[in-house]
Amino acid sequence: MQQQIDFISGQHAIFAEVGQQRDWQQKYRLLMQLGKALPPLPDALKRDELLVAGCESAAWLCHQQQDGRHFWGFDSEARIIKGVITTLLSQVNGLQTDELKEIDIHALYQQLGLAQGLSPSRSNGVAAVLLRMQQVL
Amino acid sequence: MLTAADFRAQFPFFAAHPDWVYLDNAATAHKPQAVIERELAFYQHENSNVHRAAHGLAHQATSAFEHARTIVHQFLKPPADSQLIWTAGTTAGLNQLAFGLMGTVLQAGDRILLTALEHHANIVPWQFHCQPYGIQIDVAPLDSDNRLDLVAFHQLLEHKPKVVSLSHVSNGLGHIQPIRQLVAAAKAAGALTIIDGAQGISAGPLDLALIDCDFYLFSGHKLYGPTGIGALYGKTAALELLRPLLYGGEMIKQVSFTGTVLNDLPYRLEAGTPNIAGALGLAAAVEFLQHFDPAVLQQHKQQLLHRLYQGCQQVPGLQLLSGLADNAGIVSLVLPGEHPSDLATLLDQQKIAVRAGTHCAMPLYSALQQQGAVRLSLAPYNTIAEVDAAVAALRQAVELF
Repeated sequence: MQQQIDFISGQHAIFAEVGQQRDWQQKYRLLMQLGKALPPLPDALKRDELLVAGCESAAWLCHQQQDGRHFWGFDSEARIIKGVITTLLSQVNGLQTDELKEIDIHALYQQLGLAQGLSPSRSNGVAAVLLRMQQVL
Repeated sequence: MLTAADFRAQFPFFAAHPDWVYLDNAATAHKPQAVIERELAFYQHENSNVHRAAHGLAHQATSAFEHARTIVHQFLKPPADSQLIWTAGTTAGLNQLAFGLMGTVLQAGDRILLTALEHHANIVPWQFHCQPYGIQIDVAPLDSDNRLDLVAFHQLLEHKPKVVSLSHVSNGLGHIQPIRQLVAAAKAAGALTIIDGAQGISAGPLDLALIDCDFYLFSGHKLYGPTGIGALYGKTAALELLRPLLYGGEMIKQVSFTGTVLNDLPYRLEAGTPNIAGALGLAAAVEFLQHFDPAVLQQHKQQLLHRLYQGCQQVPGLQLLSGLADNAGIVSLVLPGEHPSDLATLLDQQKIAVRAGTHCAMPLYSALQQQGAVRLSLAPYNTIAEVDAAVAALRQAVELF
């Protein structure tokens, strides 16, 4: 999981890049490239209890705390949702509990400008991941 | 003569959404104005409960409701001694059959035969009811063309299954099954035969007298009718074998605390107030369809299918799981190595409505060794321009990977 945490911490700038992209093809190209580049979670972490229900494709979300800071890892069979969640995690991974409480994760998602575009089942998948993240706090 | 364009003109959805290309017809079809108006008229002018009440309005509603039953029943070109039971849809009907045959027809040690391409609605009710009764489920596999393996099917009939239940058209791939031959073979082996017609009902005119199955099921909403209404057709002798799944209301003749006498068919299998407006709407859909020459509609759909199929074949990288022969209008495809939901999301961006996933047929996709597929499904109201737009959108989507 450390490999993925390191990768996500290097992606801070992608959030603004995706959010500002007006051309849907470019936006999705960015998300798909990011999804492809995300290092996979080790199979040992793809356990049933980490499966996120509500996703069209199988998706796993795991969480760990290091020195009071929260880190999430994510994996999925599908690329776009991996890109979306990586983009969001680039903004929240490494924050402390009180810092996270200041953040509206749904507002962050809205800023990506995808809510109109993702189909209900996929949007529900995103919503399910966001809900899982909030449950930790 | 009315054309496919005249057919399309009757569906108000398309005028309301000119920017969308709807290729998710296998999930549900749109509704013509006649169906919408029929439901509205019932609630505006005719609303009353059926069969019981002592007033004229209820008699009119009952008479319209029973007339609707006759229209839908006759649409199936049924043999004599058959009946049509209203259900909420194919899934409800299959649940009635699986429950209704346990203990009456099926006993411990018996076998039933399903196929690898069934919808979950034709698998899971059997699993749940067969297990406690100790009944074994055999599954006929696919052949190398992703169609039912007929040799294996005939071999499995040698186990003398008491029930054979299979789909008319594969919802995952669109392949039309040779049901007349399959039913004949199953009957020769002594089985009761059930055809899941959820996708088959819109594949062209049916002739159940010819097909000669014991049961045929379908949902109204895939035949341009309302949701929440469907039919369980059965030969009367076969329907008599069923233990009702639901009890109460009109399905009863006489009740006392020492015993209850059940009503006759079809009422015995229709507990509770039925979906009256839905039944009238479904009959309206059938009457609407009868204004058109089915050969014209099917020919148009086949023309669309060929164009879509060949268009998809020319998009580099796509792998088609469906075959073109004996296909009811479905193209299922994958981009190898990629999850189908990504492809569907990119089509959705371009306002092409398709379905992605395993289409409630997980065993089919595991037999195909795929995690699912993108399914484009046609109806006769679709157009050449829509097919071309879908192919262009697929090409655009694939380029983004």
